[in-house]
Amino acid sequence: MKMVVVMMIMMVMAMVSEASMIEQTCKETPDFNLCVSLLDSDPRGSSADTSGLALILVDKIKGLATKTLKEINTLYKKRPELKQALDECSRRYNTILKADVPEAIEAISKGVPKFGEDGVIDAGVEAAVCEGDFKGKSPLTSLTKSMQKVSNVARAIVRMLL
Amino acid sequence: MASSDALLPISAREEDPLLSDGSRSDPNAETHGRRRPVKGLLAVTFGLFFIAFYVALIATHDGSRSNDVKFESDGTATTASRARLAGVSEKSNDQLWKLSGDRNTVAFSWNNSMLSWQRTGFHFQPGQNWMNDPNGPLFYKGWYHFFYQYNPNAAVWGDIVWGHAVSKDLIHWVHLPLAMVADQWYDANGVWTGSATFLEDGSIVMLYTGSTDKSVQVQNLAYPEDLNDPLLLKWVKFSGNPVLVPPPGILPKDFRDPTTAWKTSAGKWRITIGSKINRTGISLVYDTTDFKTYEKLDTLLHKVPNTGMWECVDFYPVSKTLVKGLDTSVNGPDVKHIVKASMDDTRIDHYAIGTYFDSNGTWIPDDPTIDVGISTSLRYDYGKFYASKTFYDQNKGRRILWGWIGESDSESADVQKGWSSLQGIPRTVVLDTKTGKNLVQWPVDEVKSLRLSSKKFDMEVGPGSFVNIDVGSAAQLDIEAEFEIKKESLDKILGDASAAAEAEEFSCQKSGGSTVRGALGPFGFSVLAHESLSEQTPVYFYVAKGKDSKLKTFFCTDSSRSSFANDVVKPVYGSSVPVLEGEKLTMRILVDHSIVEAFGQGGRTCTTSRVYPTKAIYGAAKLFLFNNAIDATITASFNVWQMNSAFIHPYSEEAVRALSRT
Repeated sequence: MKMVVVMMIMMVMAMVSEASMIEQTCKETPDFNLCVSLLDSDPRGSSADTSGLALILVDKIKGLATKTLKEINTLYKKRPELKQALDECSRRYNTILKADVPEAIEAISKGVPKFGEDGVIDAGVEAAVCEGDFKGKSPLTSLTKSMQKVSNVARAIVRMLL
Repeated sequence: MASSDALLPISAREEDPLLSDGSRSDPNAETHGRRRPVKGLLAVTFGLFFIAFYVALIATHDGSRSNDVKFESDGTATTASRARLAGVSEKSNDQLWKLSGDRNTVAFSWNNSMLSWQRTGFHFQPGQNWMNDPNGPLFYKGWYHFFYQYNPNAAVWGDIVWGHAVSKDLIHWVHLPLAMVADQWYDANGVWTGSATFLEDGSIVMLYTGSTDKSVQVQNLAYPEDLNDPLLLKWVKFSGNPVLVPPPGILPKDFRDPTTAWKTSAGKWRITIGSKINRTGISLVYDTTDFKTYEKLDTLLHKVPNTGMWECVDFYPVSKTLVKGLDTSVNGPDVKHIVKASMDDTRIDHYAIGTYFDSNGTWIPDDPTIDVGISTSLRYDYGKFYASKTFYDQNKGRRILWGWIGESDSESADVQKGWSSLQGIPRTVVLDTKTGKNLVQWPVDEVKSLRLSSKKFDMEVGPGSFVNIDVGSAAQLDIEAEFEIKKESLDKILGDASAAAEAEEFSCQKSGGSTVRGALGPFGFSVLAHESLSEQTPVYFYVAKGKDSKLKTFFCTDSSRSSFANDVVKPVYGSSVPVLEGEKLTMRILVDHSIVEAFGQGGRTCTTSRVYPTKAIYGAAKLFLFNNAIDATITASFNVWQMNSAFIHPYSEEAVRALSRT
């Protein structure tokens, strides 16, 4: 009987504490649901501190940028008339991968989060500019909008480290 | 996502031992089980329920552990979410949304011509890559030394080491080899910001922050390898580093940027280091005799709640009566002390004037309502200006201020152009002996050596006028101007009781920029302006009537129309500026390609802006004088100089020799 009660209490505590860090953090971001789904989907999410959560989001930015670059490459063949805009998007998304992400990872890990904030904000800026280059006829809208949303959530979490 | 029902059979099977095997159950159950079988069954059922919930929870985590998270599914924030975005950060997606939402904007792309124009002619910057904080500035054996945070590998922050350059005059620089790199465990993750101190024997010690191999922030000691080398090319790190580690109560990543030391009346050296405790910004104090071992004071130099982390703290004396610099160790009745800190949260440098108590190493502000770091407290600069640091120039008896001027463009552009960041033009800093309530900054005199041809103008400008000022090339200029609002216009406004008192509501940032016309302003110059005015950067005074019928003057820089580019930040910067009885309105503007530095009323209010025109570049950059007031006529008397370039040299023996001869 006592063992069952103890087990019940432990399980309730485990349930409550497991959800709480991610939920608490995500409540302070502009997109709670997106934040939770991004962090929950990563195995590191359940045991990460704020720094760790920020790094997970930077990883998501990296993954999304890679995915978008692949899409841009396929679009060159499918939509050759969009070459100019695709070139610019390619440049912008390469910046996210090669400049923004490494900068954010280094800054967040080393405790100078303001440079991490710069990096994640810029990821959103680059995506928005890429989107704008298609003048309303973008084939990348859902991807660029995602990047901006993830960037906003990432930024909110990085700001918690300041 | 598996349902808990599907899992119940498994958990039930796992629980079977509890039900079927009496020998493994709670011993109490044996004795109590027969007497209260219902209670036992209830407890077990609850137990099963909770186990089921727990396993279901794990299962849902497993189920959603995939990289194909549906980003697009939920665009809306729940009512429970709120963004705690404290402070204002310049680069924001919001500003960009406004611009890219305009479908009529031509798709914009930076080309090399536009980007290469952005490099400055006479501001300090390395040949390429990223720079941030000024470090350890000093004057030694005839040379001004400048060190700086530098990334040798990219045009964004990272891999930080110490860059180094020397100059005879703070303007013409020769780059030198890197002074310090990340070659020890105690700075393996970054050779960060630090300051120099001169010892009594004339030798130099450098204290700097290292980010250790475990990313702990510590303070390290370094000194020149050869004091006979005026170029101080090589630096030695003390074998006993680190000399300071984060003290108890201070987190390992909240301990950086040691200051220049000053002598206490007890004959020790004292330094201060910024940090935070929760959200309170603080400055820790340490005493030392040899820079190797330190004694932490129990008292803080100062603290201000809700200001966040204090970076790049600076602490120095200013004379109450004399317009000159003071050595960092000077103290006495004719002296006030400045505490300055860079606010990590807002990227703003704030300072306050106050009194230092040497006996316990504390300082209190003259006016606690504008204490360091409070949003309304004084700033060196109301634009883009951070991580600033002063040093005492014993060569000319001045205190000189360096400030890091970051970019306001996208990192894509920085990567494409291959560099990022500038230093502001070095400024002298003194207490404003007329107001006693603020500092006054002014570009070092040596800037004048760059002045080439000049043109003098005297004009009267009626309301709503734009006058092209023909000065030839307009990307490198020094402008000094004096303005007066015609007496009739002033009298009319002051005498008109119904004229709204707008001074209390007005701010450069929020009042809509230079196109919003008032009775007595805006008027000033529009720099880096295209002849069509499609791109322009107005620097102006806006005079407004206050409730007490007194006039209040604001000094602003409006970069909102500085560029067609949609990936740059274009704020309106500025602040009110004290104007004393009988003073004319004066401004000085240094234009140097993508940087515009504006000094109002002799440097009482200073504003640095970064601008990135796409059309108003090279020969198409023009200068205009304008008066956008509704009624007032102004008179303007001004000089415009073409500015030569400083031709900053990469390191070579020849370049050093050439500079030595000047």
